Amino acid sequence: MKKIFLSVVTLAVAFTFVACGGNSNNGGRKAQELSGAGATFPQPFYNVVFEQFGQINGDQVAYGGIGSGGGVRNLRDKIVDFAGSDAFLTDNEMAEMAPVVHIPTCMGAVVVAYNLDGVKELKLTGEIIAAIFAGEIKMWNDERLAALNPDEKLPAEAIIPVYRSDGSGTTFVFTDYLTKVSPMWKEKFGAGKSVNFPSGQAAKGNPGVAGVIKQTKNTIGYVGSEYAFAQKIPYARVQNPRGEFVLPSSATISAAAMGEIPADTRCSITNADAAGAYPISTFTWMIIYKEQNYSDRSKEQAAATLDLLKYILSDDAQHITTEVHYAPLPYRAKELSMTNLKTVTFDGISILQ
Amino acid sequence: MNDKLYRILLFAAALIMPIVCGGVVYALVTDAYEAFEHFGFFKFLTSSEWSYTEGAEQYGALPFITGTLMTTLLALIFCIPFSLPVALFVGEYFKDTKVAAVLSTVTDLLAGIPSIIYGLWGFYTLRPLIMALNISPQGSGVLTASLVLAIMIVPYAASLSAEFIKMVPNDLKEGAYSLGATRAEVIRKIVFPIAGSGIFSSYILAIGRALGETMTVTMLIGNTNNIPDSITSTGNSMASIIANQFGEASDLRFSSLIAIGLVLFLITAVINMIGKMMIKRARIS
Repeated sequence: MKKIFLSVVTLAVAFTFVACGGNSNNGGRKAQELSGAGATFPQPFYNVVFEQFGQINGDQVAYGGIGSGGGVRNLRDKIVDFAGSDAFLTDNEMAEMAPVVHIPTCMGAVVVAYNLDGVKELKLTGEIIAAIFAGEIKMWNDERLAALNPDEKLPAEAIIPVYRSDGSGTTFVFTDYLTKVSPMWKEKFGAGKSVNFPSGQAAKGNPGVAGVIKQTKNTIGYVGSEYAFAQKIPYARVQNPRGEFVLPSSATISAAAMGEIPADTRCSITNADAAGAYPISTFTWMIIYKEQNYSDRSKEQAAATLDLLKYILSDDAQHITTEVHYAPLPYRAKELSMTNLKTVTFDGISILQ
Repeated sequence: MNDKLYRILLFAAALIMPIVCGGVVYALVTDAYEAFEHFGFFKFLTSSEWSYTEGAEQYGALPFITGTLMTTLLALIFCIPFSLPVALFVGEYFKDTKVAAVLSTVTDLLAGIPSIIYGLWGFYTLRPLIMALNISPQGSGVLTASLVLAIMIVPYAASLSAEFIKMVPNDLKEGAYSLGATRAEVIRKIVFPIAGSGIFSSYILAIGRALGETMTVTMLIGNTNNIPDSITSTGNSMASIIANQFGEASDLRFSSLIAIGLVLFLITAVINMIGKMMIKRARIS
């Protein structure tokens, strides 16, 4: 039922967006109508990129923000050209479908936002964040917090953690980080899109969490950087494995991907051991099939799909990331992705030469 | 010929609603089946675990049934002191006057305000007030949600109650006055006993509205998956858990959410049925 419903929604969204089109691009092929679905996190970035791509190539791209899980389901059902996902597919998920290629498109982070009277700058370590969200540190004037922030006057008030009430890639990235830095968190709560947070209150979406934090004193919560940067909400410096307390920004987020990346780019870059790296950073990916001839797709449609991904990896598109509060991909990730794109075939023949 | 055609068309049109309703029930039952089969029907209703741990998922509806019943009951209690006076004002004291018409129109207008507006008002006005009064440090919770719900259901309770109060026969009231009864006595001894079951049924229908309210509750209840231990603590209602988690849910969690939807559907149906029965009884007497 739900699968059908989501497919219908995706198609409906696709049709509304592709109503106009048909003019041909400068590459000689006919303009195509592409459709994708998935993560909502990169959607503001994609909206701008697809618009630009359409102006250059004449191709129309429709994207339905139905969540990473829904996007991957649509790709598995072979009803979209690409899926957007905040999480890379696990080996088990990969085994269930035809070979796919992961292409990172941009980077983002999860910031730890707070609302505290008279506190200018808050420094936190991963273990302390884990202890706060596990309900082990209950008061703002706890000595562990005070030791990290000797210059700030922390109030003798109870901490109110705020988390996401809906399943979310933001929650996944945040808890993935906590799982890496805190054995206690790993054992009791683990990482996932929905996690059983023991205390505090929950709200729906980044706007919900940010709204509650802005309105409620003594709260702390996690918010997607793309939303937090636009909202100018106070957020904490978080300690990375090199001992630096780093404020999230486009530069520090990109720095998190400067380390080693596997050839297929499927990796978590939380708690990355790199200089100046903000430790709760993440890639977001587009996922396409390695063999592009499926569901009666034409060769031109496959070529358009690759043109889109090539465009996203180009400097033109990557420059847009910072304007819309994301971070650009580092050189290494772009290089690996271009290599991976060359392995994509149509009827077994490589599309990009 | 024409008459026959109309009959067939009418019959077909009338048939659509039962088919849609049957389809809804069928879809709910088939999708909820997996959850009931996995956890057991009564275990699902009485378990208070809502745990996502992969491989050991546990979904029970009790926290949300409790949340829904608590918010609805509180909303009903808070709504009576607002709606009953309005009903008496419009239906008895100032019956058929201009003031009454204005008051009843204004009250009915409340029913037309979208629930997101009530939610925003609750979030930006009532919630800070609750924090400022030190009722609860986090502001969100069962109490906040119930207060806004109460205002939302006032028009439903008030306008129907007023109709039943208007329907009390004049000769009965005049009889009482001729025996020297005061206005208060007439209301207590004549109006309430006669319009009683009608007023009761109007509150039942208001409850039906409060049970399923989603947006407002989601914005104000705090969305934690536990049984609220006091009226100021946070919780989740059946409608709000569905609204919160439907987007990314799949497999067992998806089925559990549908199962909660089915339970909500049944509770609402039963309550509406009781309301309808009471209205019928009120008309007969």
